[in-house]
Amino acid sequence: MYRYDSYDQSIVDARVEEFRDQTQRRLAGQLTEDQFKPLRLMNGLYLQLHAYMLRVAIPYGTLSAKQMRKLGEIAAKYDKGYGHFTTRTNLQYNWIKLADAPDILAELATVEMHAIQTSGNCIRNISSDQYAGVSADEATDPRPWAELLRQWSTFHPEFTYLPRKFKICVIASKEDRAAMRLHDIGLKLVSRDGQIGAEVYAGGGMGRTPMVAPQIKDFVPEDEIVSYLEACLRVYNRYGRRDNKYKARIKILVHELGVEEYKRQVEEEYAHMKQLGLNPPTEELDRIRPFFANPAYEQGLADEIDRADPAFALWVDRQVAAHKQPGYAIVNISLKPKGGIPGDASAEQIGLVADLAETYSFDELRVTHAQNLVLPHVKKADLYAIWQKLDEAGLAEANLDLITDIIACPGLDYCSLANARSIPLAQKLSERFADAGRQKDLGELKVKISGCINACGHHHAGHIGVLGVDRKGVENFQLSLGGSGAEDAAVGQITGPGFSEDGVVDAIEKVTDLYLAEREEGERFLDTYRRLGMKPFKEAIYG
Amino acid sequence: MVEFLSFREGEAAQEPAVTVESFTGQSNSTAVRIEAGEDARELLPYLDRLSLVEVNFPAYGDGRGYSAARILREAGYEGELRAVGDVLVDQLNAMRRCGFDSFRPDKALDDAAVERALHRYADVYQKTVDGRSPVWAKRHPETVNG
Repeated sequence: MYRYDSYDQSIVDARVEEFRDQTQRRLAGQLTEDQFKPLRLMNGLYLQLHAYMLRVAIPYGTLSAKQMRKLGEIAAKYDKGYGHFTTRTNLQYNWIKLADAPDILAELATVEMHAIQTSGNCIRNISSDQYAGVSADEATDPRPWAELLRQWSTFHPEFTYLPRKFKICVIASKEDRAAMRLHDIGLKLVSRDGQIGAEVYAGGGMGRTPMVAPQIKDFVPEDEIVSYLEACLRVYNRYGRRDNKYKARIKILVHELGVEEYKRQVEEEYAHMKQLGLNPPTEELDRIRPFFANPAYEQGLADEIDRADPAFALWVDRQVAAHKQPGYAIVNISLKPKGGIPGDASAEQIGLVADLAETYSFDELRVTHAQNLVLPHVKKADLYAIWQKLDEAGLAEANLDLITDIIACPGLDYCSLANARSIPLAQKLSERFADAGRQKDLGELKVKISGCINACGHHHAGHIGVLGVDRKGVENFQLSLGGSGAEDAAVGQITGPGFSEDGVVDAIEKVTDLYLAEREEGERFLDTYRRLGMKPFKEAIYG
Repeated sequence: MVEFLSFREGEAAQEPAVTVESFTGQSNSTAVRIEAGEDARELLPYLDRLSLVEVNFPAYGDGRGYSAARILREAGYEGELRAVGDVLVDQLNAMRRCGFDSFRPDKALDDAAVERALHRYADVYQKTVDGRSPVWAKRHPETVNG
C-alpha cells in the first residue's frame, strides 16, 4: 500500500480547506449555484435527483483496512448507511448534505483519501487490475506506475479543463480484467529486453459512440511515460472537439483525425516534450515501488483446501482465484446478492470486509470495475473462516462472472442524467436467474446495464448489454450482444427493437436458451455468439 | 476588487493586441491576441519582437488557452502573457503554473480571494514553466539538481 508523505498530505489537506471555503461561500449565499457548480464538480460532488452525491476516489482500486473502515463510518454517519462501489472502482454516497461535505473530506484526508478529480473534464481516477501484484502472469505490478500517474494527474494545470473527462487505465497482464482498451488511454506494461515500458492505446470509450482503443505506441520506456502522456493530452486538449459534448471525448478526435494522423501529432509533441525534463527521475519510481512489495508471506503452507462443506466448496470454485504464492489465494467478494443492488454495501458490510482484510489479507483489499471486492492475499487455510463470516453478512454469493454478477449504473433511481431505472431491472434479472445450478450451467456471462447513453454501466462491453432509453416518456430497454471488456475487447451489437422491463428479462432468457441449445464443447456464451452471429439470436428473440 | 492583476516588474504593456492573422501579416506590431482554437505555434518565429500575448478564455471551461500559454513559455517567450476573458479566481493558480503573468478578467476579482487562491497549495506534482520545484524534485534533490 502506498503511504502519503508530508507533501502528499499537505496537498490533500489544502484541498479540504479550499473546498470548505467554497462551500461556506455557497451556504452564505456569496456564490450562486451556477458559480458553485464547477467548483463542487471538481471535487466529486454532484447534485442528483434527491440529494447530493459524493464520489470518493479509490486510486487504482486499492484500499487498506483502515481506509475501508473509514468509508463504512462515513456511510453510517453522513449517508443512509450505504456506499455504492462504481465501475471506476470509486465509492459513491448518494444521500449527502452539502453542509457535511467539507467534514467528510476532512475525515477522508485523515486516512489519505480524497475526492479530487472524481468528476469534471479532467483526468479521472487511474484504474488498474484488481489482481495487480498477485497474479502470476503480469510483467510487473502496475500500481507503482498508477501511483506515479495519480500524482502527475493531480491538479495538472494544463489538463484541468479538457474537452471532456479523461480516463486512464494501467495493467500489466495478458488477461485484461480492467477493460483497458475501453479507456481514453490504456497502458499495458510489458517487459522488453529486460526493460519495462508501456504499450499505449488511445481513443477507447463507451458513451454514445463506443470504440475499442487502437494501439498508438508499441513501447514507451518506463521513465518517459509521463512526457508521452503529456503529449497525448496536449494534442487532445488543443484539438479535441468542444462544440458538442457528445463528440468531445478523445475517441472522436482519434477517429476523425485517423489513428495515423493522431499518432503523428503525438510523436511531434513527444519529441518536444522529451526535451523539457518533465519525467520524474527513476529514483521516484524506486521510492514508490517498495510500498507495493510482496507482504511477508508464510513459506511452506499447504495448498489443500478442506472441501467437506458443499456450500463452501461451491463458493471456493467460483470466488477464489489462483495466487502467485503457494498456500495463498485471491478471494473475490460478490456485491451482487440475489435481488440486490449491484455494487451496494451497507456500512456494516464495509466494516466487516475491512476487518477481514486486516485479519486475513495483510491489511489490503481491492475494488473491481465489475463492482465487487477482492481480498488479495488470503491463506488457503483461512478460506473457510472467511467464508463463514461473509455468509453471515450476506456476502457469500458465488456468482463471479456469472449471469447474476451484473454491472449496473445507479440509473433513474438516483441519477439526474438517466432515462431509465437500471437497478430494478438488475434485481429482476438476478431473481429470474437465481438458481445456482442454472447459473453455473450458463457459465461466464457478463451482463451490463446502463440507464442512459452515457454508458456508466458499460453495456457496450457486456456479453449481454442493456441500455435504458426514454421512448415517449416510457422506459424502454435495448438489448445488445457480443460485447467484451476483456483482452478480446469488442463492442456489442443491438439486437433490434427495445423492450419493456419484463420484456427484456424474457428476451435475455430466450438468448440464453438458444446458447444452451447450440453451444459446442467448451464454448462460453460469447464464443457461441461469435461463431453463430446475430441472426439465430435475433430469430429466437423476435421470431 | 481587482480589475487587472500583474506579476511582472514595471508597467504593463499598453499597446492594443491585434489578431494573430493581422499580426503575422504585418511586421511592426508587438502585441497579439490568441483566440481559443488558434495555434500558438504560429507566433514562434516572432517571439523576439513580442512584448504582449493575450490569450482569450471565451468560457472558463475552455482549457485550450492553458496549452497555448505553456507552449509559448516552453519556446522561451519572456514577454507579458495575459489571460483575458472568463478568468475566475479558481483558475488563477493553474494559469500561473502555465506561464500567465498578468490577468484582465471580464469580471473584477476579490482581492482576498485572489490571495487565498494563489497561496493555497505549497506543493505541486508537475514540472511546468513556472519554475516551481515539483514534489518529485524535492524528494530527490541530489538526483534532480546534482
